[in-house]
Amino acid sequence: MAFSGMAKRRSRRILFTIGLITGLLVLFAGFFYFCGGWALSTPADLTICNGDEPQTLDPAIVTGQLEGRLCLALFEGLTTRNAKGDIIPGMAESWTISPDGLTYTFHLRPGTKWSNGDPLNAYDFLNSWERTLNPATASQYSYQLYYLVNGEAYGMGKLTDFSQVGVKTPDDHTLVVTLTHPTAYFLELTSFQTLCPVHLPTVKKYGTDWTKPGKMVSNGPYLLKTWRLNDYILLEANPYYWRPVPLPRIKVLPTSTSTACFNLFYSGKTDLIIDKSSIPPELVPDLKNEPYFHANPFGGTSFIRFNVKRKPFDDVRVRQALALALDKKDIVEKITRAGEPVATTLVPPGNASYTAPQGLGYNPDEARKLLAEAGYPNGRGFPDVNLLYAGRGMGTQMATEIQALWRRELGINSIHLRGQEWKVYLNTQQLIDFDLCVSAWVGDYNDPQTFLDMFVTGGGNNDTNWGNARYDEMLKTSESTPDVAQRMQILHDMEKILVVDEVPIVPIYFYVGMSLYHSDKLGGYEPNFVDDHRWGEFYLPGKKP
Amino acid sequence: MTAIILRRLLQAIPVLFIVVTLTFLLVRSAPGNPFSTEKKIPAEIMEQLEKQYDLHGSLRHQYLQYMGKVLHGDLSISTQYRNRTVNEIIAQTLPVSMVLGSSAYFLALVFGVTFGGWAAIRHNQWGDRSIMLTALLGLSIPSFVLAPMLVMLFALKLNLLPAYGWGSPDQIILPAICLSIPFAATIARLTRGSLLEVLQLDFIRTARAKGLSEDAVLFRHALKVAILPLIGYSGPAAAGILTGSIVIETLFGIPGIGQFFVNSALNFDPFMTSGVVIVFSVFLILFNLFADILYFVVDRRVKLE
Repeated sequence: MAFSGMAKRRSRRILFTIGLITGLLVLFAGFFYFCGGWALSTPADLTICNGDEPQTLDPAIVTGQLEGRLCLALFEGLTTRNAKGDIIPGMAESWTISPDGLTYTFHLRPGTKWSNGDPLNAYDFLNSWERTLNPATASQYSYQLYYLVNGEAYGMGKLTDFSQVGVKTPDDHTLVVTLTHPTAYFLELTSFQTLCPVHLPTVKKYGTDWTKPGKMVSNGPYLLKTWRLNDYILLEANPYYWRPVPLPRIKVLPTSTSTACFNLFYSGKTDLIIDKSSIPPELVPDLKNEPYFHANPFGGTSFIRFNVKRKPFDDVRVRQALALALDKKDIVEKITRAGEPVATTLVPPGNASYTAPQGLGYNPDEARKLLAEAGYPNGRGFPDVNLLYAGRGMGTQMATEIQALWRRELGINSIHLRGQEWKVYLNTQQLIDFDLCVSAWVGDYNDPQTFLDMFVTGGGNNDTNWGNARYDEMLKTSESTPDVAQRMQILHDMEKILVVDEVPIVPIYFYVGMSLYHSDKLGGYEPNFVDDHRWGEFYLPGKKP
Repeated sequence: MTAIILRRLLQAIPVLFIVVTLTFLLVRSAPGNPFSTEKKIPAEIMEQLEKQYDLHGSLRHQYLQYMGKVLHGDLSISTQYRNRTVNEIIAQTLPVSMVLGSSAYFLALVFGVTFGGWAAIRHNQWGDRSIMLTALLGLSIPSFVLAPMLVMLFALKLNLLPAYGWGSPDQIILPAICLSIPFAATIARLTRGSLLEVLQLDFIRTARAKGLSEDAVLFRHALKVAILPLIGYSGPAAAGILTGSIVIETLFGIPGIGQFFVNSALNFDPFMTSGVVIVFSVFLILFNLFADILYFVVDRRVKLE
């Protein structure tokens, strides 16, 4: 009796255990199924490492470069760029500019369609621009439309009648844009994602969900086929695009680490690494000699900000001394190592009509003299100051090197490093809660303006507490000067104030764009100053369209 | 027993509530803003953004708004991936981590128990020593060192396995091995220690005295008792391994949930951070409960209270 009871209890326990294990297995089998990742890797004509996972693909919301590249494969503005980076007609077939440079009349390409076959007309642009400017959209780049008459007022919610904004549609295929002042780079802006049209019926129907595959309707060379978070994005040629697209399928891999990216390229699993942040910096000196390494100068500058309200940086001599004492060659040769040119000015070379002033070069003797004049001979008595930087990428190495260089040349021992996480760093920088800050700026378009208007008194991205009435005045004058040479001369004089006379910033080096690809496997990718490579231009060599 | 399980599940509710509250308040009171970029955002647009995400007004208001949504099962929208809800992100990434995690867990259990048991039988012989040395290495070599080494060997030099990505069965092998090694090492050490202890006990001597074969002593009697400490360890370990690992997922490009544990906090994404914390807490609570039930099933001396 006792024995059989024990056996029964035991068998019940065994049954229970088996049941539990089976349950677990079923659970996992379910997840295996839902995971849906077991389909073999999708083949594509080109695989691109595009950097991180995109935050969004809504062209009005996008702010990052990597998202911008994807958006410009999916959408197209009035103008677009060729492989060389030059502006060419996009959705607009042609345009005329009034002699005063204020009115642009765009003639849309007849017969263009959205990826779902709907006709695309001038109203799509008008309504999309309204959406971008509308405060409810909260577009961080809506200021790209502030060049339009009343654009800023509408964007700030001070004007609610959009018909007063400088964009009109006399007929289906004509768009007339009126600007507040002549803007030499306006045709560059119309090629940028912020000014691309979106298919409003889709946006209305799906809300924030409209950027998902199967829902998104686009007008660029590609349409969105698949988008799996942190996994891959698949783009397919848009059959309704106005010209044939050479590559039918492009696969985009979001990769957050540069080593993984490079491994993929090295093992032949990806054809193109498009972003310099996806190339391991420590490998760059070796990779430079490889045939698949491609570098090009592009419009970005790394520089140091002074907080000119805090001692001792309220004294221009101290700022000049620090600028003169910084051995920038040392930084580009030891730290960044990608062949970056040393910068003495803020505006990177690349705009043919602009000549930069002669900035402050490396001159430690002069620096020591200035510092002594300011009351800190050999760095004696120099107050404790902090150097803010973002502790990602090369941030820490850069800051440490800068600290060491100033100690070496000027004997300053009281600069303390203050590394912060990216978002915290941005916050601190915007609050101007620092003494010195390692910063950078990448231009939105190829014009000195995008760098120089940053330092207008009280400007949103000034972040130095510096202001100069003459500088502000000159900026205003330059904006209403239609003559290119004259305008560039004013900008030249402004930059002189910025980097020679007043020095609220110390430029360090100009950016270099880097990419990895085998030239015999990818065509239509050319180094260009704006670092803008339209994917619709890509083709396989030997099958040149 | 059902009543006890129910009670335990009910107890989990206040725990979850406190965890979510703390997470949300910590993320929102840290210096930094989820929307900040290199370019300053005009105040009007920032206000609009915060309104869209219910992140405006007092902290109390924001918290109440969020808690209201959570109670309805809506974990809100990610401030980082702006077209995706947190629910959607979890639904897409958690299964991936669970597939990888369960494979790794399975490997860890099989290899850990086998080698641990073997080491105990070969106590103080070279087999024992080499296994324990390997286990020590497995525990002390961090995965961000081990993973690149394995990638270099198997992917770049031998070209046997893919270095990166997700989607085909061969892509699961390297990450699963890397993920399982520290767990396998711990399990091996636990099994060895516990089995050695059990083998000294009186009932084993009795079993041997009865004339049972060494295999029968080991598998029918010793191992069953020796496995007990393992249950206590494997509950929380399962919660950890199934919810992914930032290191492994980043290095191997696995689209799992593990990276969000760190990245969402770095991005000051309050909803995503709270979301993954909820997921992890639920897993931890469930697997601890599960381990307790297993204890109860395996060891009759244990009472569930």
